[in-house]
Amino acid sequence: MAASSLNSWVAGAWKALGDLLDGPFAAVQRHIGAHRMAYVFLLPNLLVFGLFSFWPMILNFYIAFTGGQSVILGERPLVGFENFRELLDCPSYLDPKTCPVAGYSFWTGLWNTLFFAAVQVPIMIVVALVTALILNRNIRGRGLWRAVYFYPVMLSPVVVAVIWDWILKRRGILNAVLDDAVTGWNGFVASGWFAPVAGAVLALVLYAGLSRLFCRLNAICRLKWAGVLAIGLAALAVLSPGTPALLTLAEYRPVNWLIDQRAGWPMFWVIFVYTWGHLGFYMLILLAGLQAIPRDLYEAAEMDGTSKSRAFWRITLPLLMPTMIVVLVLSLIRAFQVFDEIYVLTGGGPGQATKMIIQHIYESAFIGDAKRYGIAAASSVLVAALLMVLTLMQLAITRKRAGG
Amino acid sequence: MIGAGDVVTFLTRTRGRGRLHWSDWLAYGYLVAGLLIVVLPIVWMFLSSLKSPGALVENDPRILPYEQITVPAPDGSRTFGVQVWTRPDGTRLDVAVVGPRGLNARVFEVGKPEPVFEVPRSQLARKEIVSPRWENYTEPTIGATQSRTFNFLRYFWNSTFVTVVATLLTLVVNAMAAFALSKYRFRGRDAMALVIVATLLIPPTVILVPLFMTVSKLGMLNSLWGVIIPAIATPTGVFLLRQYMLTIPDELLEAARMDAASEWKIFWRIMLPLSLPALSVLAILSVMWRWNDFMWPLIVLTQSEVFTLQLGLSTFKGELNDNMHYLLAMTVLTLLPVTLVFVVLQKHITTGIANTGLK
Amino acid sequence: MATLDLKSVTKSFGTAKVIHGIDLSIAHGEFIVFVGPSGCGKSTLLRMIAGLEDVSGGEIAIDGVSVNGVPAAERGLAMVFQSYALYPHMSVRQNLSFGLENMKMPKADIARRVDDAARMLRIEPLMERRPGQLSGGQRQRVAIGRAVVREPKIFLFDEPLSNLDAELRVQMRVEIGNLHQRLGNTMIYVTHDQVEAMTMADRIAVLKDGRLEQFGKPLDLYNRPASLFVAGFIGSPRMNFLDGTVAEAAAGTVSVALKAGGTVGVDCTPDAGQGDVGAAVKLGIRPEHISVAGASDGDVTMTVSLTEQLGGESYLHGLVPSGEALSVRLAGQTAVARGDVIGLRLGAPDLRHVFDAASGAVYPHLA
Repeated sequence: MAASSLNSWVAGAWKALGDLLDGPFAAVQRHIGAHRMAYVFLLPNLLVFGLFSFWPMILNFYIAFTGGQSVILGERPLVGFENFRELLDCPSYLDPKTCPVAGYSFWTGLWNTLFFAAVQVPIMIVVALVTALILNRNIRGRGLWRAVYFYPVMLSPVVVAVIWDWILKRRGILNAVLDDAVTGWNGFVASGWFAPVAGAVLALVLYAGLSRLFCRLNAICRLKWAGVLAIGLAALAVLSPGTPALLTLAEYRPVNWLIDQRAGWPMFWVIFVYTWGHLGFYMLILLAGLQAIPRDLYEAAEMDGTSKSRAFWRITLPLLMPTMIVVLVLSLIRAFQVFDEIYVLTGGGPGQATKMIIQHIYESAFIGDAKRYGIAAASSVLVAALLMVLTLMQLAITRKRAGG
Repeated sequence: MIGAGDVVTFLTRTRGRGRLHWSDWLAYGYLVAGLLIVVLPIVWMFLSSLKSPGALVENDPRILPYEQITVPAPDGSRTFGVQVWTRPDGTRLDVAVVGPRGLNARVFEVGKPEPVFEVPRSQLARKEIVSPRWENYTEPTIGATQSRTFNFLRYFWNSTFVTVVATLLTLVVNAMAAFALSKYRFRGRDAMALVIVATLLIPPTVILVPLFMTVSKLGMLNSLWGVIIPAIATPTGVFLLRQYMLTIPDELLEAARMDAASEWKIFWRIMLPLSLPALSVLAILSVMWRWNDFMWPLIVLTQSEVFTLQLGLSTFKGELNDNMHYLLAMTVLTLLPVTLVFVVLQKHITTGIANTGLK
Repeated sequence: MATLDLKSVTKSFGTAKVIHGIDLSIAHGEFIVFVGPSGCGKSTLLRMIAGLEDVSGGEIAIDGVSVNGVPAAERGLAMVFQSYALYPHMSVRQNLSFGLENMKMPKADIARRVDDAARMLRIEPLMERRPGQLSGGQRQRVAIGRAVVREPKIFLFDEPLSNLDAELRVQMRVEIGNLHQRLGNTMIYVTHDQVEAMTMADRIAVLKDGRLEQFGKPLDLYNRPASLFVAGFIGSPRMNFLDGTVAEAAAGTVSVALKAGGTVGVDCTPDAGQGDVGAAVKLGIRPEHISVAGASDGDVTMTVSLTEQLGGESYLHGLVPSGEALSVRLAGQTAVARGDVIGLRLGAPDLRHVFDAASGAVYPHLA
């Protein structure tokens, strides 16, 4: 009863608000006629759109050819191609150090972004596809798994960055856990439990492998032999005097994951954290694509005696291709614009190791005393051209597929 | 010994009739491993947000917030940590540690301040209890340190304001445009729809500078409106709503026109209620976008009174590394609203996003 | 009083002209049916009357006043749509009262009108339900109720029964007829089903390709079709057509030499067919007007390929010597079997029709 009275209250309020707003709109309608009301409905959107999307797009080209530090357009002198010259006038694009200051920042960001996209996108798509394929099996509680994997997508990049920063700091949780793990492992190796436990596990693994191997080599499976051999080898391995020493790990030295540049850890973690935060979205799209493939296709294939792997290559993958292309292009475009997570997590550091192209634009325009809006705008033009190429590629691919 | 066929079996076997196949076990193993990678950091952070500053500085990796038990000194001037003394014969005694002396510690039995005696430190272990420190949450929000460290309530209000107002405006403005583009025939309609879809391809990140200049010229720098207004006309929203509205039969609108409803009334009383499924998807997306927004607020809002939560949090992270206990607690509070929305509307959100392919 | 006049009304969508100048005069209280095959423009014409489509040329006048520029809401009409177009998110009561609320009618009046309509249409127990919870027939009633509460000058129906099953359709036909009796309003009803048209209409307008073929009382259309098209469209089973040429045009009788053999005379006006001797025509004769004769003494012979025995009546289908198909309806049961060759008498001279083969125009009968 309470719900229905709430409902009717909402309905009443909705109606009243509508009637209130109807006054001016109905007056306009009487003036211009029902057909032209379409323009009235479009107006607010077009206004905001024009002012904050189209106008800036055009303005961006103009600003790219101006210099100075003023925000006011009129006070910005035209400098021609000066900004572009500063960005592009490098002896070698592969070595940003040879560029002028702005060019150094630009090319560092660009190469980092290209590397980031080239590594992150394939990894993420493969992991998302594998996860989606597994969830598309006859899994219990699929909705729940799907929700859990999707959850990080809901989190803000700042929160994601703070969480992982806390994990990856030098005195962070990952180092503490690894330290404990190493200490614990060494204690286990030194203790009396090691020989029986490790021996049993090793024997089981060896048995599983050897029995299959035997079955393949001989027509007759000699399982007893395999068992004896496995236990013997395991005992030999575990009881040999050198084993504990060999297995004892060196004392763990905390790694400064986000700062230690030597092993490339910062870039690794930047890719990892970004993937962690976005994987669920692509998994969701791919899963939806998989579930849109009609079941009876597989049943027909089964009736035809098609093997599972053939059905996968000949049915699943081709039918999933359109979704895959969408996912690929979307993730590429997003990867090129990565900023939030990385800016909060590493600030582009150490040095410039994880500085991406958008951060270059942001910092040129808004950080430091010299606000180089011209450089930022010129960089934007170049990045936009790059993104446009990607998008046109997508259009071409989808057009071609639709045509074929 | 694992062939390509096995991998395919693992990925594609869709029938678990009767017993679980080995690939089922592997699948569940994969899912659980993934679950740990996704959930563990968040759960861990949540539980750690209840730890004391001391425990966080020590970088105690245990999941639960342990706290050492303390007792006051006899004169009340200070407190002593309590430890469990395990005598060589195996009996145990709770003692308060007064101080170290060489390899020994000077202690007294809890509840019996005299005598103070010495025991080997190797025989002592800290006596701890699980004790969540809720002050991490209360102090920066309603407690004494509120304005000094992290003006949480102000940021929270700013974020809520931006999210709610921008979402309402987004819904109304985009629904109006979608209505015009889906239900009227007028000159230039198709061109306009095309242009709006084309802007989907223009990433907002490449127009930062001119957008900033426009917003600054309109006097909206350091104003929440500078964050709200540029965001309300999303091509995504128009596109999404238009596609949905195209499926609403025109005869309904004609019936309403025969019923003497004005165009606005048709929009408000017929179109909007019937577009509720699409509107709710857009509402959820918009809430997510605005609440999590970082880059544009970072550019427009430079004074801390107008910071959103995301800005506050990132600033706080940069400045105050010794206040980890507050940072974690505030992070939890920041992700809490989105999490609650997600828990309640989980099914709706995942199907909505899966169907539209938008984020 | 509500009269409706269409004066050379035309409609174009872009360059495509879909209505080619239609003149109609409808008196108060008439039940008019627009009938025609799909794509003939009947629905477009109805929507132009409703005000949902602009008029490209000509004039529409209600009660003598042109309504060309008047918005739909202000014409005082009500419409029942093919899909019913009930607002799915409103209860039945809200559906009925929405229009009245928009006209700012006092609440008490709205309630009275809605309750009256509900009683009349026997939908009182459904008032708090949503359209989704109603059956097809119930939705149909609600859609009519929504029109009734408006107390319109003219009711417009756009193929309202096409979504119902056969039994319900017959029932609703009767109900709409009763409604017309009770309210006495002018009603315009669009359908592609000639049976609906014949059973319901005071007058029928037959449309084809955006042109008015004939406008008149149902039996006039049946007895005196103005064109080949109307002749073929009205009446079930369909009228038979046999090719032939004008053999002789004496005063009052046109003789047609059939391709199938034989010559038959048709009663016409004295001047009909004068000078047309030799012209290609089609002879039209309804299946129910043909009778079986001996194999040698009929107007034509037919080889029976199918007999349909319905008990109370029988149908014979077969081919005449020229290869043209012919159907015959006989009262009662018949002994004729498949493969039989029978003679047929093609009705009385005043039940036969002659149409110009090229234009489809009828050779006028005597009045």
